[in-house]
Amino acid sequence: MSQTDALDSFVSQPYKYGFVTDVAYEEFPRGLNEDVIRLLSEKKGEPEFMLEFRLKAYRHWLTMTEPKWPNVSYPEVDFQDLIYYSAPKFKPQLNSLDELDPLILETYEKLGIPLSEQKRLANVAVDAVFDSVSVATTFREKLYDAGVIFCSISEAIREHPELVKKYIGSVVPAGDNYYAALNSAVFTDGSFCFIPKGVKCPMELSTYFRINNAESGQFERTLIIAEEGASVSYLEGCTAPQFSRTQLHAAVVELVALDNAEIKYSTVQNWFSGDENGVGGIYNFVTKRGICKGVNSKISWTQVETGSAITWKYPSVILKGDNSVGEFYSVAVTNNKMQADTGTKMIHIGKNTKSTIVSKGISAGESHNSYRGLVKIAKGAENARNYSVCDSMLIGDQCSANTFPYIESANSTARVEHEATTSKIGEDQIFYLQQRGIDEENAISLIINGFVKDVFKELPMEFAVEATKLLSIKLEGSVG
Amino acid sequence: MLVIQNLHASVEGVDILRGIDLEINAGEVHAIMGPNGSGKSTLAKVIAGHPAYEVTQGDILFEGQSVLEMDPDERARLGLFLAFQYPVEIPGVTNAMMLRQAYNGIRRDQGLEELDPLEFDDYLTEKCELVEMDASLVDRNVNEGFSGGEKKRNEILQMAVLNPKMALLDETDSGLDIDALKVVSNGINKIRGNDKAVLLVTHYQRILNYITPDFVHVLVKGRIVKSGGKELALQLEAEGYDTIMDAASV
Repeated sequence: MSQTDALDSFVSQPYKYGFVTDVAYEEFPRGLNEDVIRLLSEKKGEPEFMLEFRLKAYRHWLTMTEPKWPNVSYPEVDFQDLIYYSAPKFKPQLNSLDELDPLILETYEKLGIPLSEQKRLANVAVDAVFDSVSVATTFREKLYDAGVIFCSISEAIREHPELVKKYIGSVVPAGDNYYAALNSAVFTDGSFCFIPKGVKCPMELSTYFRINNAESGQFERTLIIAEEGASVSYLEGCTAPQFSRTQLHAAVVELVALDNAEIKYSTVQNWFSGDENGVGGIYNFVTKRGICKGVNSKISWTQVETGSAITWKYPSVILKGDNSVGEFYSVAVTNNKMQADTGTKMIHIGKNTKSTIVSKGISAGESHNSYRGLVKIAKGAENARNYSVCDSMLIGDQCSANTFPYIESANSTARVEHEATTSKIGEDQIFYLQQRGIDEENAISLIINGFVKDVFKELPMEFAVEATKLLSIKLEGSVG
Repeated sequence: MLVIQNLHASVEGVDILRGIDLEINAGEVHAIMGPNGSGKSTLAKVIAGHPAYEVTQGDILFEGQSVLEMDPDERARLGLFLAFQYPVEIPGVTNAMMLRQAYNGIRRDQGLEELDPLEFDDYLTEKCELVEMDASLVDRNVNEGFSGGEKKRNEILQMAVLNPKMALLDETDSGLDIDALKVVSNGINKIRGNDKAVLLVTHYQRILNYITPDFVHVLVKGRIVKSGGKELALQLEAEGYDTIMDAASV
């Protein structure tokens, strides 16, 4: 087998989550207008403030245009051709997870996320979101006893409106950008986590997003609040069936860390990326932002982006509290015709704030992979520090990688360091390892795993193993 | 052990090796010397199976079996080891990780049980001592941030760990100061044995003071123009390559 063929077969494994679950749906007709939003809000039994929030966002969205600056290209999205609410039909109030539609239970089991009492993961609480609704949340009682609220955002809006009202839109305002405005108008579900003062969340929290319906968009909204001295580690996973039609996923995630609080947010994104000719796949247009509101607080984003036809996301941290810390660790893998424009923003406002950015891009096939990052130091951010490193690895010679680092500093005591490298997965490296007796496929996987090590070591243990497997599946057959 | 017959090889259409014949038996040390650009390093890489080179004629037999159709890793697992002139850096992969995978691959092929990380660690420590290598080197990423001397010593450590039948040493002496050269040479001498063979590619006679060759071959423009015993190396050192090239009229 020639080296090119070996690389090709290494990166081109079939997508194993591409199956569709055949459930009955309750869905809205296509299209978007104020009536659809009113209906949605009513359907979810939302208080008045939420409807107002949505309508305001919608009216603002109408005045906006889609951003054209990302380094990606795609046909225009027809927002009137989407379905904005799609939920599997089942009894609304479940007494136990075992009452859930067996087809849906089976779906999550196939995805490796068993929900039933007997099989669920021992130390991870899961909120399972299926198209537009949260279908199950595990370990609720145990978390509740610790004072932690972990439920779907729909439920939080009904049960804890004062908390939602206080924090929703406080980090990502409804009019922040085109997709955030759209999300604010039509978001259907997502997760809500509230960790009260002084509580260390006793287990990992996670949300598993599944898009099943071919015609619907998914607009999820996640809000995580860690009060003074609280800490939490949260993980998000995403998959979707294999459809030839592209689908839109426009999420908003907001994190709030008060004094001495710590939030660690990890994502393993494996949406369907389209086939090798670029047909189908998810447009993943996401706004994720956290605010280190209090002193000594810390927010850390770790993302492993391996799917989606197009990824457009910049998990960011506003470092408002003095001595607060922001981190961004990212591995973005693109193959075939995938496009990714991803990175972060670190906004230093408080004194002695520190941020670290480690971005590793791997491009294969004919894909485009861009890192875009902003480090902004405000006038009052005395002694702010940033360290950024952006490495790109190219596999084959038809892909491309770009780095767009922006630095804006208004304080002369700040120190900002940026390093960037681009390398081609080397024939020499592969030959070196092969000469030691390691076969080509293992040599490639060793090199790639070495390349992403600094990011993977930030993932919670359970998911690091999963992410390593995913990476080798994604890149199977592409090196050469 | 290694038989090379009328070997021709080219890179990007340029002929580098133009008819090499060589036979190396177990227990022997052969030195290949020659001016820059004569094809010395190419010979070592072609034997190891570097994909950039194309063999256009001839054959390479290792223990009676042609290796030309074999991938580099198959050749390596048969017992061919190349110590690189320019060892390659592999970020994020530790020496120990790479060597354990490599060594266990060889054991698998030999029908032996693989070593678990703890067993391998003991084995590795023992080999570090054998080649007088600082054990902390094994937990560092392969050649990353290594000095020139450390890289060369690392090659020798890898050779000690993988325990090949035939070692190809490609200018292992270049860039080493005299102390490092002694350490590296000692390491090589400790690994040598009656059942093993060494092909040593070098530009200078210096290393041959420490590793005594049984045969010296002079390679010029892709051909062996003269062969002899270790005294040939001394003659080359004294007279330079020009005399021999003139005598061979190449």
